[in-house]
Amino acid sequence: MPVVTDILFYVFAALTLGCAALVIANPFSRNPITSAMFLVLTIVSMAGLFVLLHAFFLAAVQILVYAGAVIVLFLFVIMLLDLKAESVRKIKFVGILAGVVSVGAILAIFLKSLHATPLDPAAPPVVEGNTEPLGRLLFTQYVLPFEVVSVLLLVAMIGVILLSKKNLD
Amino acid sequence: MQVGLEHYLTVSFLLFAMGMLGVIMRRNLLVIYMSLELMLNAANLALVAFSRFNNKLDGQVLVFFIITVAAAEVAVGLALIVALYRRRQSAHVEDLTSMKR
Repeated sequence: MPVVTDILFYVFAALTLGCAALVIANPFSRNPITSAMFLVLTIVSMAGLFVLLHAFFLAAVQILVYAGAVIVLFLFVIMLLDLKAESVRKIKFVGILAGVVSVGAILAIFLKSLHATPLDPAAPPVVEGNTEPLGRLLFTQYVLPFEVVSVLLLVAMIGVILLSKKNLD
Repeated sequence: MQVGLEHYLTVSFLLFAMGMLGVIMRRNLLVIYMSLELMLNAANLALVAFSRFNNKLDGQVLVFFIITVAAAEVAVGLALIVALYRRRQSAHVEDLTSMKR
């Protein structure tokens, strides 16, 4: 008798993978906006997977940061550049072949190592990814990386402002 | 069948493979960027799954940092694409061949 969470896992996993496939190769439309929209769906269904893994804070952050900020940036740039004219070019056969071969090789290595690794099925998961223990960890053990990331965000912000000035020289 | 760590890892591997396929196959810079996001998300999923099934929160902290860095990366990368488009009027990798002799 399958549990509800197991059914939900399969639903969300199928949604994630299907929408990801439509991001990289949509047979109906080569418009980058369609890709961006399916990226939103991928990210939201992945937030569902995070909830199933009891990582509630990360699910919220995933939706806020990715679906809220990153996708808006993508859509903004797509509309700014007006990329309509570029959706007619063909994908080269050599590129497809190289991609399928290399990705197939990497995937084979991944799945083989997964198959060869003895995973302990008996360990009952008890960790709850709630906000409080995560924040506690973030501000005690990981306080230095946290500060470094804030500096990184500042640097990225200044860099973006410099890059998007009209004359780079 | 009970859903365990290996199920989540399989989904993560497949997602990573799709992102990599997109980076190699697509020729539009913006779609390549979206595929990069897919690959980062695959890594995030694997980390959260490991964190859940190993009873440690450290993986989730790492995912938090990855999301932050990915946001910064997207901002810088899209600014670069816009700057490139201003000069070349194209966001297509086959038009960016000035280093090819």
